[in-house]
Amino acid sequence: MNNIIVYCEIEEGGIADVSLELLTKGRKLADRLNCELEAVVVSNEIKGIEKVVFPYGVDTLYLAFDEKLYPYQTLPHASVLTKLFEEQKPQIALLGATSIGRDLAPRIASALKCGLTADCTSLEIGDHRDKKQKKDYHDLLYQIRPAFGGNIIATIINPDTRPQMATVREGVMKKEIFDPKYKGKVKKLKTSEYVSKEDFVVKILERHIEKKKIDIKSAQIIVSGGYGMGSKENFEMLFELADVLGGDVGGSRAAVDAGFIPHERQVGQTGVTVRPHLYIACGISGAVQHRAGMEESAMIISINKDPNAPINSIADYAIIGDVGEVIPKLIKFYKKNAK
Amino acid sequence: MKGFKIIVLAKQVPDTRNVGKDAMKANGTVNRAALPAVFNPEDLKALEQALRIKDQYPGTTITLLTMGPGRAAEIIREGLYRGADGGILITDRKFAGSDTLATSYAISLAIKKMAPYDMILAGRQAIDGDTAQVGPQAAEKLGIPQVTYCEEIVSINHKKVTVKRRLERGVETMEAPLPVLITVHGSAPECRSRNAKLLMKYKHAQTITEMQEATDDYIELHDSRPYLDIPEWTVADLNADEKWLGLSGSPTKVKKVTNVVFKAKESKVLTDSDEDIERLIIELLENHTIG
Repeated sequence: MNNIIVYCEIEEGGIADVSLELLTKGRKLADRLNCELEAVVVSNEIKGIEKVVFPYGVDTLYLAFDEKLYPYQTLPHASVLTKLFEEQKPQIALLGATSIGRDLAPRIASALKCGLTADCTSLEIGDHRDKKQKKDYHDLLYQIRPAFGGNIIATIINPDTRPQMATVREGVMKKEIFDPKYKGKVKKLKTSEYVSKEDFVVKILERHIEKKKIDIKSAQIIVSGGYGMGSKENFEMLFELADVLGGDVGGSRAAVDAGFIPHERQVGQTGVTVRPHLYIACGISGAVQHRAGMEESAMIISINKDPNAPINSIADYAIIGDVGEVIPKLIKFYKKNAK
Repeated sequence: MKGFKIIVLAKQVPDTRNVGKDAMKANGTVNRAALPAVFNPEDLKALEQALRIKDQYPGTTITLLTMGPGRAAEIIREGLYRGADGGILITDRKFAGSDTLATSYAISLAIKKMAPYDMILAGRQAIDGDTAQVGPQAAEKLGIPQVTYCEEIVSINHKKVTVKRRLERGVETMEAPLPVLITVHGSAPECRSRNAKLLMKYKHAQTITEMQEATDDYIELHDSRPYLDIPEWTVADLNADEKWLGLSGSPTKVKKVTNVVFKAKESKVLTDSDEDIERLIIELLENHTIG
């Protein structure tokens, strides 16, 4: 059967968040297309990895375990995936738009002569009519991405080639357990049949990877709170909204000074500068020091009781109201309207 | 040690980094035609890496390879002014509409025609598409290894090259055999500026098409100074199978393009009513701000 397959990136002995986000999306696409969701891990042996993967609704997990397959290297991983895709003929293949995914995916797409779209921010299923050839296509993957320096949003399709390959940015999609008891099959690949000696001509001499820390700079959506949030407990709402939207949480200096949130999350001149697609400023008045760190965000929504708060002057949307009422409504209406 | 033969892949791109007011249409969308055409920034950094090898190993030759319309010869001249030894322009109407797969096919054929070579350097990605795909796809078609996101070429000899590469959260030092394709990351050093002597030397470097269209006649000058010729290669020169070029060779199709509209920051003021909040959420979902 032509299924959906997700390449699971390995990070510190576990699966990278971006891959879990893709599995979450992949499960939804599989339900829509009435096919199965598959995942592939190429690594040294990681015991119990299937326990992490199956709850995301994975039906088949391919494991290519070999000491030589970790850390990631282009050629051996490309060989495993190219051969596996040739055998399984997935209709859709998804990878993270990370240093690894963006290095690996084009190599596979070139070998399979199939279409690949980089850095998608949204994936949908839809139809297409080729007007010239008067040909109809059903259930194609719409690969939606910004292009031209963010000035346009393009919807890309691959009508005739399979798999339809796409890489997706970390943090733009939600990560959500599908069913904690979900059980799939494990298929172990005999790696000697997938990689050859020539795949190991490039050598890693040295490697320095920092542990993953809080880094809100990479988030595409940031929900940020100020002193107006009132308490540390009220910040929980912001984490909930950020989680629902697939974003991260930031704060103003006043909120950090008040101990509502740690300094690593501070946005502004003495914190980090962020440029997400969407910045939601909750209970933030908008002092210059804060605005300097976020005014280049593509879209800004402010939520503030004070209609004259300076933040409103740089906001695309200024919601005048109490954060304690507005945020639960945002969550409620998002859940109601999101696909 | 004798020099190396290096090919640098370069692309002329619209400068999407600074979209000024004059590049905006009345409806708030970007006027792509009004943006200046520039040497793709990371490709310039790739050229710098090649020039550093040439500084260290005399006899090294650097040839720029670009694909695009006739005017893309501008970036070849730009590269010559900075120290490249020559350049080739792949140009043909039959390439129009090529996606990254079709582009990498054409480029790989040109590289095969230029063989032997020790190294291919390219920018990680171009600022118009940001795909970072053509480099790895060309490497696959040539059957050579790739090292992406290079920040520095640490050392090179005629068997292998050592490269420091920049990852999201760290660095890796790789050792790869030659020939290899290396893509250069934005964190690599800037390219040196034009050299006045080279600017004089290559000022009249032109393609045949440019010479034919020019009002001044430089044919005689080109006859006596063959280094001023910028070769143009077409589909026929590459022996390319047209099936794999242009629209027919491109598996990806653009179904729809939506312009992102830049609004003056005139805030829409909303109340905290259910209607206002729900309308906002629906709008954000529709324009893919949230998904």
